[in-house]
Amino acid sequence: MIHEHRSHMYGVLGEFDTEHELIHASAAAREAGYRQFEAYAPFPIEGLSEAMGLKRNKVPLITLIGGLCGGLGGFFFQYWCNVYSYPINIAGRPLNSWPAFIPVTFELTVLGASLSAVFGMLALNGLPQPHHPLFNVERFTKHATADKFFLCIEASDKKFDLAEAARFLQSVHAHHVSEVHDD
Amino acid sequence: MSVGQPPLNSPEIRRLSPVLEPGHTYATVTDKIAAIVLTRPVSLGWLAGFGLCFTFVMILNVAVAWLIIKGVGIWGINIPIGWGFAIVNFVWWIGIGHAGTLISAILFLLNQKWRTSINRFAEAMTLFAVACAGLFPLIHTGRPWMAYYMFPYPSTMGIWPQFRSPLIWDVFAVSTYGTVSLLFWFVGLIPDLATLRDRAIGKPKQIIYGMLAMGWRGSARHWHRYQSAYLLLAGLATPLVLSVHTVVSFDFSVAIVPGWHTTIFPPYFVAGAIYSGFAMVLTIAIPLRKAYDLQDFITMRHLENMAKVMLATGLIVAYGYFFEFFLSLYSGNKFDVFLVQQRLHGPYNHFYFALILCNILTPQLLWIEKVRTNVAMLFVMSLVINLGMWLERFVIVVISLTRDFMPSAWGRYSATIWDYATLAGTLGLFTMLLFLFVRVLPAISIAEMRELVAETSEEQK
Repeated sequence: MIHEHRSHMYGVLGEFDTEHELIHASAAAREAGYRQFEAYAPFPIEGLSEAMGLKRNKVPLITLIGGLCGGLGGFFFQYWCNVYSYPINIAGRPLNSWPAFIPVTFELTVLGASLSAVFGMLALNGLPQPHHPLFNVERFTKHATADKFFLCIEASDKKFDLAEAARFLQSVHAHHVSEVHDD
Repeated sequence: MSVGQPPLNSPEIRRLSPVLEPGHTYATVTDKIAAIVLTRPVSLGWLAGFGLCFTFVMILNVAVAWLIIKGVGIWGINIPIGWGFAIVNFVWWIGIGHAGTLISAILFLLNQKWRTSINRFAEAMTLFAVACAGLFPLIHTGRPWMAYYMFPYPSTMGIWPQFRSPLIWDVFAVSTYGTVSLLFWFVGLIPDLATLRDRAIGKPKQIIYGMLAMGWRGSARHWHRYQSAYLLLAGLATPLVLSVHTVVSFDFSVAIVPGWHTTIFPPYFVAGAIYSGFAMVLTIAIPLRKAYDLQDFITMRHLENMAKVMLATGLIVAYGYFFEFFLSLYSGNKFDVFLVQQRLHGPYNHFYFALILCNILTPQLLWIEKVRTNVAMLFVMSLVINLGMWLERFVIVVISLTRDFMPSAWGRYSATIWDYATLAGTLGLFTMLLFLFVRVLPAISIAEMRELVAETSEEQK
């Protein structure tokens, strides 16, 4: 089972039955000094991010920036159209009749924020990504999006050693520990 | 257990049916929901239903083609009733869409677990309803091929849309609503598309679901950002859904026409939208859970909760009707008083009475628990409310326009066969899209059902 081509190795993968085992294993991996590891679950698990030591993500900031751009852009675009580009005096109303510009400004704020939330999330996640080494593992494709939980210690970790990582996964009660290769 | 709910062993919660029938695991919810799409053969009932809806879509094609050839004169609209069925149908459809967003966004923010098994198809319903709604103003313009004039694009004419007009606000509100609903729906679908990709048999399915899933693999870092994005979208969709029907009500209330020019319109339109939307969710949920044996997932608890939301929003609508009536009389404005008389005694008063019957009197039966827990009664009730909400828009549009300030400008309105054909056609389009949806995408969010399994097993410990 153990080949000697480390250059193509992505990591070692352990399978778990419950989300509690996964949380426990993730926390243990962090304690054991691993940094390049990743947990996989078929649904978002409360407490997993904390166990893995994940920091706050950047999606909210991107959303805020997108919303501000949409809102300011929307308002000043209407302002520019009505005051500079094509000013028309209609019944003596002010050219910059800002209350009437609010609905469009609001809608464009929401639009800008939503588009940046979704595309920001996808970009930060590196999606779309058609292929990933984990898809070479049959049990992973069969169960990771259905009913099992996985932890992968990646070969890029400074501390990574194949035998030791496998031993570590067994020590936290993973079953079906398998190697993951790039090709 | 979330805040605000009684403890599990209290007598109150025992009485309620659960949001998920016991005995389900991650594997069983995955198998059961994915099987509807992947392995279940196409049934005769599905084919018959789809075929019937498809016929109506063909009728829609003919009606719209004839409209484009001949112009809007084939409809019953005239001067002074320039709006007619097109705007009635537009407001009705867009209102129906609102329940989907309410269920997926507002109930999500309020941490209501019962939303889980109904949010996916309610969101799909929103999208399809917005598609039907968007069609009407487009074909009502008369020259739909010039509809792009409504968007601010740099043209050689050097002019811009009139940003002070509610009709332009409508363009922005409805197109933003459609876009955000699509994003929300798609983001929710990504994990389930990955499940379908991994379980599909045969290359074409694997490739299509694989491309749509975009390589989702359930990594904790991905989920971390995904949850932020989903929560933010819910937070953004909540004011959005309120704004959309508010802007739609501005189409009326900004005008000075009697019966339209009133400040109660925005809240009462939003409540009416949610009311009709929940009625439509029930109209869809009841046959869906029966046809695909989803009674474990869409339980009596869901149906009863939706009935309660209908009752509450129905009362807000009743309050709106009452105040519309009261303020017209109290204002002493003779045109407003005259309009009230026209609603009660005018040529369209039977529509007004039917509206009161459908929207205010019938739903009062929902106070009775036996009615709320009777599936057949709920189904009939949902149809009655859908009809009532359509009548409401008819009363608002037609009675006001036929009886404005000058008797010389009064008129009559009657719809033609093409008006009915277009309305029936959009009903067919809506239902056909739903038929396709339940066959190709999971009608219930699988990932969220797994979460629910985890939470309920937690509670039982």
